[in-house]
Amino acid sequence: MGLTATSCGSTLLDDEVLNLQKNCDYTIAIAGNPNVGKSTIFNALTGLHQHTGNWPGKTVSNASGICVHKEKSLLLVDIPGTYSLMSNSQEEEIARDYICFGNPDTTIIILDATCIEKNLNLVFQTLEITNKVVVCVNLLDEAKKKHINIDLDMLSNYLGVPVVGTIARKSKTLKQLLDTTIKVASGEIVPKPKIVKYHPLIEDAILILEGKLAPILAHKNEMLLRWVCLKLLDGDSKIINSIENNFNVSFSDIMPFIESIREDLANNDITASNFRDKVVSSIVFRAEDICNNVVQIERENYAIRDRKIDKILTSKKFGIPIMILFLGIIFWITITGANYPSSLLSNLFGFVQEKLLIFFNKINAPSWLSGILVDGMFQTVAWVVSVMLPPMAIFFPLFTILEDLGYLPRIAFNLDHYFKKACTTGKQALTMCMGFGCNAAGVVGCRIIDSPRERLIAILTNAFVPCNGRFPFLIIVASIFIGSVTTRYKSIYFIYYLCFSYHFTWYLFNFTCI
Amino acid sequence: MKKIHLDDLPLNCTGKVDTLHCEGAIRRRLLDLGIVKGTKIIPILKSPCGDPTAFVIRGSTIALRKEDSNLIEVIL
Repeated sequence: MGLTATSCGSTLLDDEVLNLQKNCDYTIAIAGNPNVGKSTIFNALTGLHQHTGNWPGKTVSNASGICVHKEKSLLLVDIPGTYSLMSNSQEEEIARDYICFGNPDTTIIILDATCIEKNLNLVFQTLEITNKVVVCVNLLDEAKKKHINIDLDMLSNYLGVPVVGTIARKSKTLKQLLDTTIKVASGEIVPKPKIVKYHPLIEDAILILEGKLAPILAHKNEMLLRWVCLKLLDGDSKIINSIENNFNVSFSDIMPFIESIREDLANNDITASNFRDKVVSSIVFRAEDICNNVVQIERENYAIRDRKIDKILTSKKFGIPIMILFLGIIFWITITGANYPSSLLSNLFGFVQEKLLIFFNKINAPSWLSGILVDGMFQTVAWVVSVMLPPMAIFFPLFTILEDLGYLPRIAFNLDHYFKKACTTGKQALTMCMGFGCNAAGVVGCRIIDSPRERLIAILTNAFVPCNGRFPFLIIVASIFIGSVTTRYKSIYFIYYLCFSYHFTWYLFNFTCI
Repeated sequence: MKKIHLDDLPLNCTGKVDTLHCEGAIRRRLLDLGIVKGTKIIPILKSPCGDPTAFVIRGSTIALRKEDSNLIEVIL
């Protein structure tokens, strides 16, 4: 991913997406909880035909890509991962606005097969907005490993929308997903979602309000009408405002009427403060109900084995030593291991440089030309590549192994207490680790941090983590000032930099107004 | 029927959520995680320093800091 004009968002994405939309048969939104493999599926479907930028006016990144299937071109839009469409974080607002006002032909909701119950919350909330939904149960391979069986047909019956099971690595399952998506987009399948029924009093209130609202939202379908009623009763001004703006309607005339309904509800013990609790509870219990029927866990003791390992990895005695050992091994392999390919590469480049110089001599090129091209450009590039490429090519795969083992969340869990003292979260430990490989990767990784303030500080302090590229440079500078640098000194620098980054985080948090 | 705060619930004991003593963004976040009245919560792990604690909630494991778990009242 290079920093090109488009990836920086210098052209407004609004126009770009609209242009793409014109050239495609269908627009498909891809929604889902965070960490359900949404991006993996998106990448697998779109390959390199992607556009990245920011959502207009927001700092949340946007990716859209084109995928051609059975002679239909689909514009896939990757919506930010969210748990719900009710809260007010920027991501959730974008997800909600896109599903509701972006008019995608189909919305694919991706679920994590290993914890469907938690994911169904988002499904039910989306089903209230649109019926053109395909539910995609991803990570079926993970579920199989954990001996979790899911009856997809039964799930489809309960939800009233098509359900497709996928394993992101197997393209056959993805094709099935696309088939179903196109059928829904073209109207060949018309899903009839079975939405959650709320408390009888709330349902009554919705019914009354629907009658009043129908003339105002005459051009919208019934489902959306119900959803708008629910939001009006909920009284979330942000959602109401965006409904008013996007549908070009005004609810100010019927506001007194809504107030009277709310008062009625309040008299029956459904107040403004517990309205949302009741709504969410209904959804959660419906999800629980469905999962009890659809999901079967064959062998419970699998979780017990996992838990035993977790207990050791997070124990008082071994938790932190094991973590230091793991990270130590990774750094050791990276730094020592990188020496060999590094010297190999630099020898190779040296050899090429020699030949180049001979060639330039032969064609009688002026010395300034060979100076610029060979001694300047070629040598610099050769040095950068031979110093930086090998450590990165070793560090990141090793880090990925830790990630796949699921060890990274445990690191954050172990270190959260210490990072809390610097007023930040344990997740910063992970971005700092990434920073050792490359600060750019570390900064990009900071998106896992939820709070905007903590995220910004993690981004700023990441620069103080010495990356693979700077590390050799620091050692050279240190050896100039101090003389020979032994391994002991190296580790002192290492620790010094970590402490510096940690303290600076604390400082930024307490003494600045970021 | 003893009511205690979630952070006082001993490891591997099941508690049922009774009330959430918070408003606004935190409350919404907890609701999103499926923590509503009647939800079963089991603390399973404590981090080396005793905080945060990991809980099994509706089949997924979620770590909560003391100040957050303190807001949740459970019935033993």
